[in-house]
Amino acid sequence: MLNTNGVPDKALIKTKFPDEKYLIKPLAITECYEKIPCNPCSTSCPFDAIYIGEDINTAPIVDFEKCTGCGICVYNCPGLAIFIVQKLNEENARFKIPYELRPLPIKGETWSGVNRAGEIITKVLIEKVSLTNRHDRTALIQVLVPLEYINDFVTIRRQI
Amino acid sequence: MKQIDLVIIGGGPAGLSAAKMAAESGLASLIVERNFNVGGQLVKQTHMFFGSEKQYAKTRGIDIAKILVDDVLKFPDLIEIMTDTSVVGLYKDKVVTLLQKEKYIKVKTNAIIIATGASEKVLAFENNDLPGIYGAGAVQTLMNVHGVLPGNDVVMVGSGNIGLIVSYQLIQAGVNVKCVLEAASTIGGYKVHASKLKRLGVDILTSHSIKKAIGKNYLEKIVIGKLDDKWKFIEGTEEEIEVDSLCISVGLSPLSNLLSMIGVDMKYVSTLGGLVPLIDKNHETSIKNIFVAGDVCGVEEASSAIVEGYLTGLVVAEKLGFKHPNYDELYLDFKDQLHNLRSGPFGEKLRLGLQEIMR
Repeated sequence: MLNTNGVPDKALIKTKFPDEKYLIKPLAITECYEKIPCNPCSTSCPFDAIYIGEDINTAPIVDFEKCTGCGICVYNCPGLAIFIVQKLNEENARFKIPYELRPLPIKGETWSGVNRAGEIITKVLIEKVSLTNRHDRTALIQVLVPLEYINDFVTIRRQI
Repeated sequence: MKQIDLVIIGGGPAGLSAAKMAAESGLASLIVERNFNVGGQLVKQTHMFFGSEKQYAKTRGIDIAKILVDDVLKFPDLIEIMTDTSVVGLYKDKVVTLLQKEKYIKVKTNAIIIATGASEKVLAFENNDLPGIYGAGAVQTLMNVHGVLPGNDVVMVGSGNIGLIVSYQLIQAGVNVKCVLEAASTIGGYKVHASKLKRLGVDILTSHSIKKAIGKNYLEKIVIGKLDDKWKFIEGTEEEIEVDSLCISVGLSPLSNLLSMIGVDMKYVSTLGGLVPLIDKNHETSIKNIFVAGDVCGVEEASSAIVEGYLTGLVVAEKLGFKHPNYDELYLDFKDQLHNLRSGPFGEKLRLGLQEIMR
Protein backbone atom coordinates (compact mmCIF):
# COMPACT_ATOMS: atom_id res chain seq x y z
CA MET A 1 0.00 0.00 0.00
CA LEU A 2 1.25 3.42 -0.97
CA ASN A 3 0.44 4.92 2.45
CA THR A 4 2.19 2.28 4.50
CA ASN A 5 5.21 1.18 2.45
CA GLY A 6 5.45 3.51 -0.54
CA VAL A 7 4.36 0.90 -3.10
CA PRO A 8 1.29 1.77 -5.18
CA ASP A 9 -0.87 -1.25 -5.96
CA LYS A 10 -1.33 -2.39 -9.52
CA ALA A 11 -4.82 -0.94 -9.94
CA LEU A 12 -3.54 2.46 -8.87
CA ILE A 13 -0.57 2.28 -11.24
CA LYS A 14 -2.88 1.45 -14.12
CA THR A 15 -4.89 4.62 -13.54
CA LYS A 16 -1.83 6.55 -14.70
CA PHE A 17 -1.28 4.48 -17.86
CA PRO A 18 -3.12 5.34 -21.08
CA ASP A 19 -5.10 2.90 -23.15
CA GLU A 20 -2.65 0.48 -24.75
CA LYS A 21 -3.27 1.82 -28.24
CA TYR A 22 -1.56 5.08 -27.29
CA LEU A 23 1.62 3.29 -26.25
CA ILE A 24 2.81 2.84 -29.83
CA LYS A 25 4.46 6.22 -29.24
CA PRO A 26 6.50 7.21 -26.16
CA LEU A 27 4.43 8.83 -23.40
CA ALA A 28 4.94 10.35 -19.97
CA ILE A 29 3.48 8.49 -17.00
CA THR A 30 3.15 10.72 -13.94
CA GLU A 31 3.19 8.58 -10.82
CA CYS A 32 2.05 11.41 -8.63
CA TYR A 33 -0.87 10.14 -6.57
CA GLU A 34 -1.15 12.85 -3.95
CA LYS A 35 -2.17 16.47 -3.95
CA ILE A 36 1.11 18.17 -3.21
CA PRO A 37 2.02 21.79 -4.01
CA CYS A 38 4.20 21.25 -7.07
CA ASN A 39 4.02 22.02 -10.79
CA PRO A 40 7.40 21.88 -12.62
CA CYS A 41 6.20 18.98 -14.84
CA SER A 42 3.50 21.21 -16.24
CA THR A 43 5.59 24.36 -16.62
CA SER A 44 8.57 22.51 -18.13
CA CYS A 45 6.55 20.74 -20.84
CA PRO A 46 7.26 22.38 -24.22
CA PHE A 47 4.12 20.81 -25.72
CA ASP A 48 1.66 21.96 -23.08
CA ALA A 49 0.77 18.32 -22.53
CA ILE A 50 0.69 18.20 -18.72
CA TYR A 51 -2.14 20.02 -17.03
CA ILE A 52 -2.09 21.23 -13.42
CA GLY A 53 -3.62 24.69 -13.57
CA GLU A 54 -3.82 27.55 -11.05
CA ASP A 55 -4.01 25.37 -7.93
CA ILE A 56 -0.57 23.78 -7.84
CA ASN A 57 -1.86 21.11 -5.44
CA THR A 58 -3.74 19.46 -8.29
CA ALA A 59 -2.26 16.14 -9.45
CA PRO A 60 -0.93 16.34 -13.03
CA ILE A 61 -3.02 15.09 -15.95
CA VAL A 62 -1.22 14.12 -19.16
CA ASP A 63 -2.80 14.80 -22.53
CA PHE A 64 -1.61 11.68 -24.36
CA GLU A 65 -2.47 13.23 -27.73
CA LYS A 66 -0.10 16.13 -27.14
CA CYS A 67 2.67 14.25 -25.27
CA THR A 68 5.66 13.37 -27.46
CA GLY A 69 7.59 11.43 -24.81
CA CYS A 70 10.52 13.86 -25.04
CA GLY A 71 11.45 13.22 -21.41
CA ILE A 72 11.92 16.84 -20.31
CA CYS A 73 9.39 16.44 -17.48
CA VAL A 74 11.22 13.30 -16.29
CA TYR A 75 14.31 15.16 -15.09
CA ASN A 76 12.35 18.26 -14.08
CA CYS A 77 10.11 16.37 -11.63
CA PRO A 78 11.40 17.02 -8.07
CA GLY A 79 9.77 13.78 -6.92
CA LEU A 80 11.40 11.64 -9.64
CA ALA A 81 7.88 10.39 -10.20
CA ILE A 82 7.68 10.54 -14.00
CA PHE A 83 8.99 8.12 -16.62
CA ILE A 84 8.47 7.67 -20.34
CA VAL A 85 7.21 4.38 -21.75
CA GLN A 86 6.63 3.05 -25.24
CA LYS A 87 5.55 -0.36 -26.46
CA LEU A 88 8.17 -1.06 -29.16
CA ASN A 89 6.93 -4.46 -30.36
CA GLU A 90 5.54 -7.67 -28.90
CA GLU A 91 8.82 -8.36 -27.07
CA ASN A 92 10.02 -5.08 -25.70
CA ALA A 93 9.10 -1.78 -24.15
CA ARG A 94 11.37 1.24 -24.08
CA PHE A 95 11.57 3.37 -20.93
CA LYS A 96 13.24 6.68 -20.12
CA ILE A 97 13.79 6.97 -16.39
CA PRO A 98 15.40 9.51 -14.03
CA TYR A 99 18.57 8.34 -12.27
CA GLU A 100 20.52 10.19 -9.58
CA LEU A 101 22.98 7.59 -8.29
CA ARG A 102 26.59 7.29 -9.38
CA PRO A 103 28.32 5.69 -11.18
CA LEU A 104 26.00 6.06 -14.14
CA PRO A 105 25.34 3.12 -16.44
CA ILE A 106 27.07 3.05 -19.83
CA LYS A 107 25.30 2.50 -23.13
CA GLY A 108 25.27 -1.18 -24.07
CA GLU A 109 25.52 -2.50 -20.51
CA THR A 110 23.02 -4.91 -19.04
CA TRP A 111 21.59 -3.85 -15.67
CA SER A 112 18.94 -5.34 -13.42
CA GLY A 113 15.39 -4.12 -13.85
CA VAL A 114 13.71 -3.29 -10.54
CA ASN A 115 10.03 -3.01 -9.58
CA ARG A 116 8.30 -0.55 -7.24
CA ALA A 117 8.94 -2.78 -4.23
CA GLY A 118 12.69 -2.64 -4.91
CA GLU A 119 12.89 -6.23 -6.16
CA ILE A 120 14.94 -7.31 -9.16
CA ILE A 121 12.51 -8.64 -11.77
CA THR A 122 14.43 -8.83 -15.03
CA LYS A 123 17.47 -7.77 -17.02
CA VAL A 124 17.40 -4.58 -19.04
CA LEU A 125 19.63 -3.13 -21.75
CA ILE A 126 20.95 0.42 -21.36
CA GLU A 127 20.35 2.14 -24.70
CA LYS A 128 21.26 5.72 -23.95
CA VAL A 129 22.46 7.89 -21.07
CA SER A 130 21.76 11.63 -21.24
CA LEU A 131 23.26 14.08 -18.78
CA THR A 132 23.88 17.68 -19.80
CA ASN A 133 23.64 20.94 -17.84
CA ARG A 134 19.98 21.01 -18.77
CA HIS A 135 19.42 17.77 -16.84
CA ASP A 136 20.85 19.39 -13.70
CA ARG A 137 22.46 16.20 -12.33
CA THR A 138 19.39 14.01 -12.87
CA ALA A 139 20.42 11.67 -15.69
CA LEU A 140 17.86 10.42 -18.19
CA ILE A 141 18.44 6.73 -18.90
CA GLN A 142 16.85 5.00 -21.89
CA VAL A 143 16.39 1.27 -21.30
CA LEU A 144 14.96 -1.69 -23.17
CA VAL A 145 12.68 -3.77 -20.93
CA PRO A 146 10.86 -7.06 -21.70
CA LEU A 147 7.25 -6.14 -22.54
CA GLU A 148 5.74 -8.34 -19.83
CA TYR A 149 7.17 -5.95 -17.20
CA ILE A 150 5.66 -2.81 -18.70
CA ASN A 151 3.54 -2.16 -15.59
CA ASP A 152 6.17 -3.35 -13.12
CA PHE A 153 9.53 -1.95 -14.17
CA VAL A 154 10.46 1.33 -12.51
CA THR A 155 14.23 1.63 -12.13
CA ILE A 156 17.60 0.03 -12.75
CA ARG A 157 20.26 -1.42 -10.45
CA ARG A 158 23.86 -2.33 -11.23
CA GLN A 159 24.27 -6.09 -11.47
CA ILE A 160 26.50 -7.57 -8.78
CA MET B 1 26.10 52.84 18.72
CA LYS B 2 25.55 51.55 15.18
CA GLN B 3 22.32 52.80 13.55
CA ILE B 4 20.40 50.88 10.89
CA ASP B 5 16.77 51.00 9.74
CA LEU B 6 16.14 47.27 9.87
CA VAL B 7 17.85 44.37 11.59
CA ILE B 8 17.12 40.89 10.25
CA ILE B 9 18.05 38.09 12.61
CA GLY B 10 18.87 34.95 10.64
CA GLY B 11 20.32 34.66 7.13
CA GLY B 12 18.33 31.66 5.94
CA PRO B 13 15.74 31.68 3.13
CA ALA B 14 13.30 33.94 5.04
CA GLY B 15 15.93 36.45 6.20
CA LEU B 16 17.63 36.72 2.81
CA SER B 17 14.38 37.25 0.92
CA ALA B 18 13.23 39.82 3.48
CA ALA B 19 16.46 41.78 2.99
CA LYS B 20 16.10 41.64 -0.78
CA MET B 21 12.53 42.94 -0.80
CA ALA B 22 13.35 45.67 1.75
CA ALA B 23 16.31 46.77 -0.39
CA GLU B 24 14.18 46.77 -3.55
CA SER B 25 11.91 49.15 -1.67
CA GLY B 26 14.89 51.33 -0.74
CA LEU B 27 15.25 50.29 2.91
CA ALA B 28 18.68 49.49 4.37
CA SER B 29 19.11 46.42 6.53
CA LEU B 30 21.62 44.40 8.49
CA ILE B 31 21.45 40.59 8.35
CA VAL B 32 22.85 38.94 11.46
CA GLU B 33 23.80 35.29 11.01
CA ARG B 34 25.37 33.10 13.68
CA ASN B 35 26.83 30.61 11.19
CA PHE B 36 29.91 31.22 9.05
CA ASN B 37 27.75 31.59 5.93
CA VAL B 38 24.30 32.77 5.04
CA GLY B 39 21.87 30.46 3.23
CA GLY B 40 20.55 28.61 6.27
CA GLN B 41 19.56 24.99 5.79
CA LEU B 42 19.33 25.43 2.01
CA VAL B 43 23.08 25.00 1.62
CA LYS B 44 22.82 21.30 2.47
CA GLN B 45 19.73 20.47 0.41
CA THR B 46 20.90 18.61 -2.68
CA HIS B 47 17.41 17.66 -3.85
CA MET B 48 15.10 19.53 -6.20
CA PHE B 49 12.46 21.62 -4.45
CA PHE B 50 8.71 21.37 -4.87
CA GLY B 51 6.38 24.35 -5.31
CA SER B 52 6.08 26.53 -8.38
CA GLU B 53 8.60 28.50 -10.42
CA LYS B 54 8.12 31.58 -8.23
CA GLN B 55 9.61 29.65 -5.30
CA TYR B 56 12.35 28.17 -7.50
CA ALA B 57 10.71 24.74 -7.80
CA LYS B 58 12.79 22.00 -9.47
CA THR B 59 15.94 23.90 -8.44
CA ARG B 60 18.14 22.16 -5.87
CA GLY B 61 18.23 23.78 -2.41
CA ILE B 62 21.93 24.49 -2.63
CA ASP B 63 21.35 26.39 -5.87
CA ILE B 64 18.37 28.29 -4.41
CA ALA B 65 20.75 29.45 -1.64
CA LYS B 66 23.09 30.80 -4.34
CA ILE B 67 20.22 32.64 -6.05
CA LEU B 68 19.04 34.24 -2.79
CA VAL B 69 22.57 35.21 -1.73
CA ASP B 70 23.36 36.67 -5.18
CA ASP B 71 20.14 38.69 -5.02
CA VAL B 72 21.21 40.18 -1.69
CA LEU B 73 24.72 40.93 -2.95
CA LYS B 74 23.18 43.09 -5.69
CA PHE B 75 22.50 45.71 -3.00
CA PRO B 76 25.93 46.32 -1.42
CA ASP B 77 24.91 49.83 -0.35
CA LEU B 78 21.69 48.74 1.33
CA ILE B 79 22.34 45.28 2.77
CA GLU B 80 25.07 44.55 5.28
CA ILE B 81 25.73 40.95 6.32
CA MET B 82 27.42 39.99 9.56
CA THR B 83 28.21 36.27 9.77
CA ASP B 84 29.62 34.38 12.76
CA THR B 85 27.59 36.81 14.85
CA SER B 86 25.06 35.99 17.56
CA VAL B 87 22.30 38.15 18.92
CA VAL B 88 22.83 38.23 22.68
CA GLY B 89 20.35 40.91 23.63
CA LEU B 90 17.14 42.30 22.24
CA TYR B 91 15.32 45.20 23.85
CA LYS B 92 11.91 46.77 23.44
CA ASP B 93 13.41 50.13 22.45
CA LYS B 94 14.81 48.33 19.38
CA VAL B 95 18.36 48.00 20.58
CA VAL B 96 20.03 44.77 19.51
CA THR B 97 23.30 43.63 21.00
CA LEU B 98 25.57 41.35 19.04
CA LEU B 99 28.60 39.24 19.71
CA GLN B 100 30.97 38.88 16.78
CA LYS B 101 33.99 36.81 17.69
CA GLU B 102 35.14 38.54 20.89
CA LYS B 103 33.55 41.87 20.02
CA TYR B 104 30.37 43.19 21.60
CA ILE B 105 28.35 45.46 19.30
CA LYS B 106 25.25 47.57 19.98
CA VAL B 107 22.83 48.39 17.17
CA LYS B 108 19.90 50.83 17.30
CA THR B 109 17.20 50.08 14.78
CA ASN B 110 13.63 50.97 13.83
CA ALA B 111 12.35 47.51 13.01
CA ILE B 112 13.42 43.92 13.52
CA ILE B 113 12.55 40.82 11.51
CA ILE B 114 13.20 37.65 13.45
CA ALA B 115 13.87 34.83 11.01
CA THR B 116 15.73 32.38 13.18
CA GLY B 117 14.15 29.23 11.73
CA ALA B 118 13.72 26.02 13.67
CA SER B 119 15.75 23.33 15.38
CA GLU B 120 15.40 19.57 15.39
CA LYS B 121 13.40 17.75 18.02
CA VAL B 122 15.06 14.97 19.96
CA LEU B 123 13.73 11.57 20.90
CA ALA B 124 14.02 10.01 24.33
CA PHE B 125 15.22 6.40 24.46
CA GLU B 126 17.85 4.43 26.36
CA ASN B 127 21.42 5.41 25.38
CA ASN B 128 20.32 8.12 22.98
CA ASP B 129 23.61 9.92 23.66
CA LEU B 130 25.89 7.26 22.15
CA PRO B 131 28.26 8.50 19.44
CA GLY B 132 26.76 7.56 16.08
CA ILE B 133 23.32 8.91 16.89
CA TYR B 134 22.66 12.05 14.89
CA GLY B 135 19.92 14.45 13.99
CA ALA B 136 19.07 14.40 10.28
CA GLY B 137 20.39 17.96 9.91
CA ALA B 138 23.81 16.97 11.25
CA VAL B 139 23.96 14.07 8.82
CA GLN B 140 23.21 16.41 5.94
CA THR B 141 25.85 18.88 7.11
CA LEU B 142 28.47 16.16 7.35
CA MET B 143 27.62 14.61 3.96
CA ASN B 144 26.57 17.49 1.82
CA VAL B 145 28.56 20.40 3.23
CA HIS B 146 31.76 18.73 4.44
CA GLY B 147 31.80 15.58 2.30
CA VAL B 148 32.16 13.28 5.30
CA LEU B 149 30.26 9.98 5.53
CA PRO B 150 28.26 9.80 8.77
CA GLY B 151 28.51 6.01 8.91
CA ASN B 152 28.14 2.83 6.90
CA ASP B 153 24.91 1.22 8.14
CA VAL B 154 22.15 3.61 9.11
CA VAL B 155 18.59 3.40 10.37
CA MET B 156 16.40 6.50 9.97
CA VAL B 157 13.81 7.34 12.62
CA GLY B 158 10.94 9.34 11.10
CA SER B 159 9.29 9.22 7.68
CA GLY B 160 8.45 12.89 7.26
CA ASN B 161 9.86 14.59 4.19
CA ILE B 162 13.18 15.28 5.92
CA GLY B 163 13.60 11.65 7.02
CA LEU B 164 12.75 10.36 3.54
CA ILE B 165 14.92 12.89 1.70
CA VAL B 166 17.94 12.43 3.96
CA SER B 167 17.62 8.63 3.61
CA TYR B 168 17.74 9.06 -0.16
CA GLN B 169 20.76 11.35 0.11
CA LEU B 170 22.50 8.80 2.35
CA ILE B 171 22.05 6.20 -0.39
CA GLN B 172 23.41 8.67 -2.95
CA ALA B 173 26.46 9.01 -0.71
CA GLY B 174 26.91 5.23 -0.73
CA VAL B 175 25.58 4.53 2.77
CA ASN B 176 23.51 1.42 3.45
CA VAL B 177 20.13 2.57 4.78
CA LYS B 178 18.74 -0.47 6.57
CA CYS B 179 15.22 0.82 7.11
CA VAL B 180 13.11 3.83 8.04
CA LEU B 181 11.05 3.65 11.24
CA GLU B 182 7.74 5.48 11.54
CA ALA B 183 5.74 5.50 14.76
CA ALA B 184 2.48 6.45 13.02
CA SER B 185 0.49 3.89 11.04
CA THR B 186 1.11 5.71 7.75
CA ILE B 187 4.07 7.40 6.08
CA GLY B 188 4.42 11.05 7.10
CA GLY B 189 6.02 12.68 4.06
CA TYR B 190 5.18 12.88 0.37
CA LYS B 191 4.63 9.43 -1.12
CA VAL B 192 6.82 10.28 -4.11
CA HIS B 193 9.77 10.46 -1.70
CA ALA B 194 8.69 7.18 -0.05
CA SER B 195 8.36 5.42 -3.42
CA LYS B 196 11.82 6.67 -4.45
CA LEU B 197 13.30 4.98 -1.37
CA LYS B 198 11.28 1.79 -1.65
CA ARG B 199 12.38 1.19 -5.23
CA LEU B 200 15.97 1.41 -3.98
CA GLY B 201 15.13 -1.43 -1.63
CA VAL B 202 14.62 0.48 1.63
CA ASP B 203 11.72 -0.68 3.79
CA ILE B 204 9.64 1.89 5.62
CA LEU B 205 8.33 0.23 8.79
CA THR B 206 5.19 2.02 9.92
CA SER B 207 3.95 1.55 13.53
CA HIS B 208 7.57 0.97 14.56
CA SER B 209 9.99 2.88 16.72
CA ILE B 210 13.34 2.62 18.42
CA LYS B 211 13.34 1.16 21.90
CA LYS B 212 16.97 1.48 22.85
CA ALA B 213 20.48 1.86 21.54
CA ILE B 214 23.25 -0.59 22.45
CA GLY B 215 26.99 0.01 22.38
CA LYS B 216 30.00 0.44 24.62
CA ASN B 217 31.94 3.38 23.23
CA TYR B 218 29.78 4.01 20.19
CA LEU B 219 26.55 2.79 18.63
CA GLU B 220 26.65 -0.90 17.71
CA LYS B 221 23.04 -2.06 17.66
CA ILE B 222 19.54 -0.79 18.12
CA VAL B 223 16.43 -2.52 19.39
CA ILE B 224 13.24 -1.63 17.55
CA GLY B 225 9.69 -2.69 18.28
CA LYS B 226 6.19 -2.54 16.92
CA LEU B 227 3.77 0.03 18.34
CA ASP B 228 0.06 -0.35 19.04
CA ASP B 229 -2.42 2.33 18.04
CA LYS B 230 -1.63 4.25 21.25
CA TRP B 231 2.06 4.29 20.27
CA LYS B 232 2.97 1.80 23.03
CA PHE B 233 5.51 -0.96 22.32
CA ILE B 234 3.90 -4.36 21.80
CA GLU B 235 5.61 -7.00 23.98
CA GLY B 236 7.59 -9.59 22.09
CA THR B 237 7.98 -7.59 18.87
CA GLU B 238 11.54 -6.45 19.66
CA GLU B 239 14.12 -6.90 16.98
CA GLU B 240 17.84 -6.09 16.96
CA ILE B 241 19.48 -4.32 14.05
CA GLU B 242 23.25 -3.86 13.70
CA VAL B 243 24.05 -0.27 12.80
CA ASP B 244 26.87 2.19 13.30
CA SER B 245 24.64 5.22 12.88
CA LEU B 246 21.14 6.24 13.73
CA CYS B 247 19.54 9.30 12.25
CA ILE B 248 16.70 11.04 14.11
CA SER B 249 14.18 13.01 12.11
CA VAL B 250 11.10 13.49 14.24
CA GLY B 251 10.18 17.06 13.46
CA LEU B 252 11.29 20.61 14.09
CA SER B 253 10.53 23.27 16.73
CA PRO B 254 10.53 27.00 16.02
CA LEU B 255 13.60 28.79 17.41
CA SER B 256 11.49 31.39 19.15
CA ASN B 257 13.61 32.06 22.27
CA LEU B 258 14.46 35.63 21.26
CA LEU B 259 10.75 36.40 20.98
CA SER B 260 9.99 35.02 24.43
CA MET B 261 12.91 37.03 25.76
CA ILE B 262 11.46 40.40 24.76
CA GLY B 263 7.97 39.47 25.87
CA VAL B 264 6.13 39.01 22.58
CA ASP B 265 2.74 37.29 23.09
CA MET B 266 3.34 33.60 22.42
CA LYS B 267 1.25 30.48 22.09
CA TYR B 268 2.03 26.77 22.06
CA VAL B 269 0.63 25.32 18.83
CA SER B 270 1.67 21.72 18.25
CA THR B 271 0.79 21.74 14.54
CA LEU B 272 3.24 24.62 14.04
CA GLY B 273 6.01 22.78 15.92
CA GLY B 274 5.82 24.39 19.37
CA LEU B 275 5.96 27.84 20.92
CA VAL B 276 5.22 30.51 18.30
CA PRO B 277 4.46 34.25 18.36
CA LEU B 278 0.98 35.65 17.78
CA ILE B 279 1.08 37.64 14.55
CA ASP B 280 -1.15 39.78 12.37
CA LYS B 281 -1.67 39.23 8.65
CA ASN B 282 1.54 41.14 7.93
CA HIS B 283 3.63 39.05 10.33
CA GLU B 284 3.93 41.77 12.97
CA THR B 285 4.09 40.44 16.54
CA SER B 286 2.37 41.94 19.58
CA ILE B 287 5.30 44.37 19.91
CA LYS B 288 5.20 47.15 17.33
CA ASN B 289 7.78 46.90 14.55
CA ILE B 290 8.94 43.45 15.59
CA PHE B 291 8.15 41.06 12.77
CA VAL B 292 8.72 37.36 12.13
CA ALA B 293 9.20 35.30 8.95
CA GLY B 294 9.86 31.65 8.16
CA ASP B 295 9.86 28.61 10.43
CA VAL B 296 10.08 30.68 13.62
CA CYS B 297 6.35 31.35 13.29
CA GLY B 298 5.39 27.83 12.21
CA VAL B 299 7.43 25.01 10.68
CA GLU B 300 6.85 24.66 6.93
CA GLU B 301 8.74 24.05 3.71
CA ALA B 302 11.54 26.42 2.68
CA SER B 303 9.39 27.58 -0.25
CA SER B 304 6.95 29.17 2.22
CA ALA B 305 9.82 30.70 4.22
CA ILE B 306 11.09 32.42 1.06
CA VAL B 307 7.68 33.92 0.29
CA GLU B 308 7.09 34.92 3.93
CA GLY B 309 10.46 36.68 3.82
CA TYR B 310 9.51 38.62 0.69
CA LEU B 311 6.15 39.56 2.19
CA THR B 312 7.61 40.71 5.50
CA GLY B 313 10.44 42.69 3.88
CA LEU B 314 7.91 44.41 1.65
CA VAL B 315 5.57 45.31 4.51
CA VAL B 316 8.29 46.50 6.91
CA ALA B 317 9.78 48.78 4.26
CA GLU B 318 6.38 50.32 3.58
CA LYS B 319 5.82 50.87 7.30
CA LEU B 320 9.10 52.73 7.60
CA GLY B 321 8.26 54.97 4.67
CA PHE B 322 9.86 53.05 1.82
CA LYS B 323 7.00 51.84 -0.35
CA HIS B 324 7.98 49.47 -3.16
CA PRO B 325 6.88 50.85 -6.57
CA ASN B 326 4.89 47.63 -7.17
CA TYR B 327 3.73 47.26 -3.56
CA ASP B 328 0.08 46.36 -4.16
CA GLU B 329 0.78 43.89 -6.93
CA LEU B 330 3.60 42.17 -4.99
CA TYR B 331 1.62 42.05 -1.76
CA LEU B 332 -1.26 40.24 -3.44
CA ASP B 333 1.11 37.94 -5.29
CA PHE B 334 2.96 36.87 -2.11
CA LYS B 335 -0.32 36.29 -0.27
CA ASP B 336 -1.58 34.28 -3.20
CA GLN B 337 1.59 32.17 -3.37
CA LEU B 338 1.38 31.36 0.34
CA HIS B 339 -2.25 30.42 -0.03
CA ASN B 340 -1.43 28.16 -2.96
CA LEU B 341 1.47 26.42 -1.15
CA ARG B 342 -0.74 25.72 1.87
CA SER B 343 -4.07 24.91 0.28
CA GLY B 344 -3.54 21.17 -0.34
CA PRO B 345 -4.24 18.30 2.08
CA PHE B 346 -0.65 18.43 3.40
CA GLY B 347 -1.27 22.05 4.45
CA GLU B 348 -4.40 21.29 6.44
CA LYS B 349 -2.88 21.06 9.93
CA LEU B 350 -0.74 24.06 9.18
CA ARG B 351 -3.73 26.15 8.11
CA LEU B 352 -5.49 25.35 11.39
CA GLY B 353 -2.34 26.18 13.35
CA LEU B 354 -1.90 29.51 11.58
CA GLN B 355 -5.48 30.46 12.40
CA GLU B 356 -4.66 29.97 16.07
CA ILE B 357 -1.85 32.54 16.07
CA MET B 358 -3.64 35.30 14.16
CA ARG B 359 -4.13 38.34 16.36
